[in-house]
Amino acid sequence: MLKLEINGGQRELDMDPDTPLLWAIRDGLQLTGTRYGCGIAQCGACIVLVDGKPVRSCVTPVSSVTNKQITTIEGLSSDRSHPVQQAWIENEVPQCGYCQSGQILAAAALLAGNPQPTDADIDDALGDVLCRCGTYPRIRQAIKLAAARAGNKDEEA
Amino acid sequence: MAVVKTTRRGFLKISAAAGGGLLVSFSIPAAKTAQAETGTKEDFEPNAWLRISSDDVITVRVASAEMGQGIMTGISMLIAEELDADWNTIKAEFAPASKAYYNPLMNRQATGGSTAIRGFWEVAREAGAVAREILIEAAAQEWNVLPNICRTEKGAVFHDASQRSLRYGEIASVAASLPVPTSVFLKEPDEFVLIGKSMPRLDTAEKVDGSAIFGSDIQLPGLLTAVVVRCPVIGGKAKSYNSKQAMQVKGVRKVTRITSGVAVIADHFWAAMKGRDALSIKWDEGPNADLSSKSIFTSFADALDNDAGITERQDGNIKDGLKAANKTLEAVYTAPYQAHACMEPMNATADVRVDSCNIYVGTQGQTATQQTAMQLTGLPEEKVKVHSTYLGGGFGRRSEQDFITDAVECSQAAGKPVKVIWTREDDIMHDQYRPATYNQLRGGIDASGKIIAWQHRIAGPSILSRVFPNAVKEGRDSTSTMGASDIPYAFDSAEVSYKMVNPGVPVGFWRSVGSSQNAYVTECFFDELAALAGRDPLQARLQLLEEESRHTGVLSLAAEKADWGKALPAGRARGIAVAKSFNTWAAQVAEVSIERGRVRVHRVTCAIDCGLAINPDSIRAQMESAVVYGLTACLKGEITIAGGKVEQNNFDNYPLLRIDECPEIDVHIVDSEESPSGIGEPGVPPVAPAVANAVFALTGKPVRSLPIRL
Repeated sequence: MLKLEINGGQRELDMDPDTPLLWAIRDGLQLTGTRYGCGIAQCGACIVLVDGKPVRSCVTPVSSVTNKQITTIEGLSSDRSHPVQQAWIENEVPQCGYCQSGQILAAAALLAGNPQPTDADIDDALGDVLCRCGTYPRIRQAIKLAAARAGNKDEEA
Repeated sequence: MAVVKTTRRGFLKISAAAGGGLLVSFSIPAAKTAQAETGTKEDFEPNAWLRISSDDVITVRVASAEMGQGIMTGISMLIAEELDADWNTIKAEFAPASKAYYNPLMNRQATGGSTAIRGFWEVAREAGAVAREILIEAAAQEWNVLPNICRTEKGAVFHDASQRSLRYGEIASVAASLPVPTSVFLKEPDEFVLIGKSMPRLDTAEKVDGSAIFGSDIQLPGLLTAVVVRCPVIGGKAKSYNSKQAMQVKGVRKVTRITSGVAVIADHFWAAMKGRDALSIKWDEGPNADLSSKSIFTSFADALDNDAGITERQDGNIKDGLKAANKTLEAVYTAPYQAHACMEPMNATADVRVDSCNIYVGTQGQTATQQTAMQLTGLPEEKVKVHSTYLGGGFGRRSEQDFITDAVECSQAAGKPVKVIWTREDDIMHDQYRPATYNQLRGGIDASGKIIAWQHRIAGPSILSRVFPNAVKEGRDSTSTMGASDIPYAFDSAEVSYKMVNPGVPVGFWRSVGSSQNAYVTECFFDELAALAGRDPLQARLQLLEEESRHTGVLSLAAEKADWGKALPAGRARGIAVAKSFNTWAAQVAEVSIERGRVRVHRVTCAIDCGLAINPDSIRAQMESAVVYGLTACLKGEITIAGGKVEQNNFDNYPLLRIDECPEIDVHIVDSEESPSGIGEPGVPPVAPAVANAVFALTGKPVRSLPIRL
């Protein structure tokens, strides 16, 4: 039995240790917000946060993260209140929506480490997170909105 | 002033919803029969276009596939507008497969060709208007006043004289017992409250918290997961296979031959993948084993040498036209095969029982899905149910039936519900690609520099000969010449022809279909002729278009917003292109430079005329989407064939445009009261030629094949 610390709770699952974290999450824990896009760490649809850092779960063996804190899109907030989710809603970012969990988690990780990212920082952090619908302009705007809000809050404080 | 619209009383049906409330349905002969047989009210619900519950919630059943284009919100806006609904009470859900949801433009339930708004523009509003009319009637009866002195607003009926009002939910059950009105009023554009406003998408919330359910997210009790090994050579089959080792993999339940290959059915995806790796298969590579991109393009060129094929456009006499020209130019343009590369690889779930079949899938074709399952199971229509999910991208790919067939056959073999998931490699290597084409062009200009003669010969594969063979007559395939035979310029003489050559690579509908490659070819060759004449590309176009035309409208708007003609910094250039597809006009100006030997697109300015704009922000989003999709094809995308196999298999060798390569995109919508048309596809065709023309302007070298290689 593998034990995972995920979204603030502990879950057990009976899967081979070499199972990619993606399929442990989707098929073992029935958390389907993390999505399969390529299986070779090329697209980012499967991004989850491991100890706060974005990780491609499709190439991460589940056994390598058993003692780490995993956050999936379902655990980013319970009510879409995370500033990145809020900015996403306001900018009407999603189209088909399939890649958006990965995009949002990559953006959340970026802002957590770099609250005022430049365009180049956004390019670096999200360059390998693919969107076939082309939501890129709105992703950029939404990240900037979330960053601006965080900046304003800091000033108020 | 409102428009009086006679209702389709034979089709519209008012009935009570299960648990109270009102249903507005399009009843159809088949549904009537089913209802007569079983005698239950609920039988009408599958045909309902909208349901008003006693708690005021208005549920819109959306017939079309939501694949990112925002149709769930668009259709809901049409209904809510005529219903005078409170937008905050609107919920949308996907309709099941039923004749009641046929798109009138396609005579089936399907989403494609940018037809959803065009097809349902009247139907959806009529459904909303009928509901409003009987809700007024119900309230008037309640108050014992005349209905014509009542009004509606935000989900309630008002009688101002007595200052009374009733919410729709309060009178829905009464309204359900009233007859369908013989005529209803449809609003004039100046009466619209919702249409024309950027309404927030109804699916956004589910798509930012991970809860949106795509086909691959379906969970059912006892559900198994399958992956399929397909012959890497197109059209090849498994000669024999050994499943001994695969069956020893923990979690593998069954290995079975299906139409598309050998399926490994397991408890979950990873077990199926391990089983797939442990399979050994001997392939019969079939007739395509020697196929290559080189042989394919050679076959196109050879075919044109012998025979130009079928003439689709003839204005004047092209031979005389070219002879009379002051200068002429010849060129060959090619466009490669393109994969759809939806972010969600193909998948479907089927639960086939002795007397029922349930399909859970994100599909662009509910009717086709139902028919596929009926054929495979032998079950009648009413026993085959299609449960639609969100689509993780469609772009035409999800109108195909291959993944449906996989799921049904796997469920039949396993005797259990089975979800078939294609790997990304399956998805890229076994697509139905956008056709590759080979184009011979000849053009001529007169002494004044006006382009007077245009000859365009296309050779390439036919989509319709596979998908709708009955639509192909005398070697004609309208999808192969769309955007070419309807070239808008008033040349003195023009000839456009098509020679069908089907080398064996399966081709299908790819976002904007023939217009994608034909707009590239025609708009780029046009710029070559303009350059030959020393003319400005915009002015050369405007000279050959009618002043009041919608082509001129979008061209002029895009040019103005992009500062066409104004100086740019050294090393930058602009290109312009226009295309009409699916009854929508789009023009784009691209601003490019060359950085480190590669094309950098800095800005794309779009002008779009899709008639009356329903949801302007959705239109902007679809133009942004089209630019990004088009840029992938223009700068990167190319499917090549060697030894009968597709040489690309994942995003490392079929790369998509990335955020750091995405230009600034400005969208300008032409103000119009014409009937609304679609927005999913028409933004794609101008992208490649606008960029290629900018590169031509910058380098002086025409871009005669895609993707652009400097």
